[in-house]
Amino acid sequence: MEPTWEPKILAFLCNWCSYAGADLAGTSRIQYSPNIRVIRVPCSGRINPLFILKALQNGIDGVLVSGCHPGDCHYLTGNYIGRRKSATLKRFLEYLGLEEGRVQFSWVSAAEGGKFSQVVDEVTRDIRKLGPPKHFAKQKRGQGFQDSRVVGFKGPS
Amino acid sequence: MVEKKLREKAKELLSKKEVDLIIGFGEGTQPLRATPVFIRNPEEADRLVWNSFCENNLATYLHKFSRFKVGIVVKGCDARSVTALALEKRFKPEQVVLIGVPCQRMIDRKKVKKAVKGEIHKVREEGEKIIVAGEDGDVVLKREDFLYPLCKACTHRNPVQETLRVGDPVGEAPLTEPNPEAKAFEKKPPEERWAFFEKETGRCIRCYACREACPMCYCTECFVDSSNPRWIEKSLSSADLEFYHIVRAYHQTGRCTNCGACERACPMDIRLTYLTQKLNQEVEELFQFETGVDPNALPPLSTFKTDDPQEFVK
Repeated sequence: MEPTWEPKILAFLCNWCSYAGADLAGTSRIQYSPNIRVIRVPCSGRINPLFILKALQNGIDGVLVSGCHPGDCHYLTGNYIGRRKSATLKRFLEYLGLEEGRVQFSWVSAAEGGKFSQVVDEVTRDIRKLGPPKHFAKQKRGQGFQDSRVVGFKGPS
Repeated sequence: MVEKKLREKAKELLSKKEVDLIIGFGEGTQPLRATPVFIRNPEEADRLVWNSFCENNLATYLHKFSRFKVGIVVKGCDARSVTALALEKRFKPEQVVLIGVPCQRMIDRKKVKKAVKGEIHKVREEGEKIIVAGEDGDVVLKREDFLYPLCKACTHRNPVQETLRVGDPVGEAPLTEPNPEAKAFEKKPPEERWAFFEKETGRCIRCYACREACPMCYCTECFVDSSNPRWIEKSLSSADLEFYHIVRAYHQTGRCTNCGACERACPMDIRLTYLTQKLNQEVEELFQFETGVDPNALPPLSTFKTDDPQEFVK
């Protein structure tokens, strides 16, 4: 039997709000899509855009970045700095031709377990619609290294 | 004219010991080229030239002389790079004497080579004409048809910051609208855009000439050279090339002055400026920032406003 495709989504959650929000969703027994894999980071401003790119390159289907609401940052300004990075990176990736919605951003506070589950469900739905990555991914899941687009030498145009 | 004044100024600065060194352009070893020269004695000042092939961004060399007082010959774009670098505290602003030259816009040497048959022996400029001595005698070309597309869209031809000026200021009106490549590219469908990006970066031989030519790429350890974490693997996959080009461009967010040094340095003729143009456009739209214009404005990614746009956040 052909296994049905389910998206695998990487979530970068900030330690102080979104991770606690996810925790609340769990302790409150709120059901949400099991497609996310969480990496806890100190702050949404800590996220290097290279993390997101590397994840996509290694074959993840979608990335969610979540942090404290503006004004609530544990480090006072981290999420504001992160917001600027996210805004430019998202626009830039879409400009290059990467599908809209592969990389998503949200604010989830420690009290918003319900919102967290909603966000995860929404993101999963969006990425399920997009399907497996068409561009940029180096390996297909479960197949190890299998890149059909190995570079051949082409001269200058 | 400009050349003569430039030499006089350089001599004056060096003989009065106002600077230790002058970075400028010298005659290239081939026609259609000018090469960076580093002048330490007043007698050598006659090596300086000024023509339409002074295309390098000389701000690239400034970090290498951070212990000296340096005079540097700057066009509009170079001057903005120097300001951006001073803002990032690469050197103290008072260490640098900016010899501003209003830019007549540079000529695309590759385009000239294509227009002329055979080997080019000599090139000279007369007003709006370029006279190229090739195998079949002189060919006269119209200057305007051979300008770099970036230079056509340039809005800062007169150096914004300068210590002293050589030559008369020029009219700033660009020949095309700003960021023309980005504006044309974003209208295409996403599939086509990615296909273009993949095709262009697929030619990359990872010589990193684009990085070396760029004044803003000065990290002691670039992310491509880092072995822990290893961001870029030494595989044959085109995804590694795409990764490099995305990050190289993205690292220029709010720092690029659109001088086009990266694209001109590329031996494989990969289109690169459409990437950085988009980032410049974004920074202008989102944060109302233009690189190197205001010497006191912080780089956009190291600061914030509480009401920055966030309609993309859930």
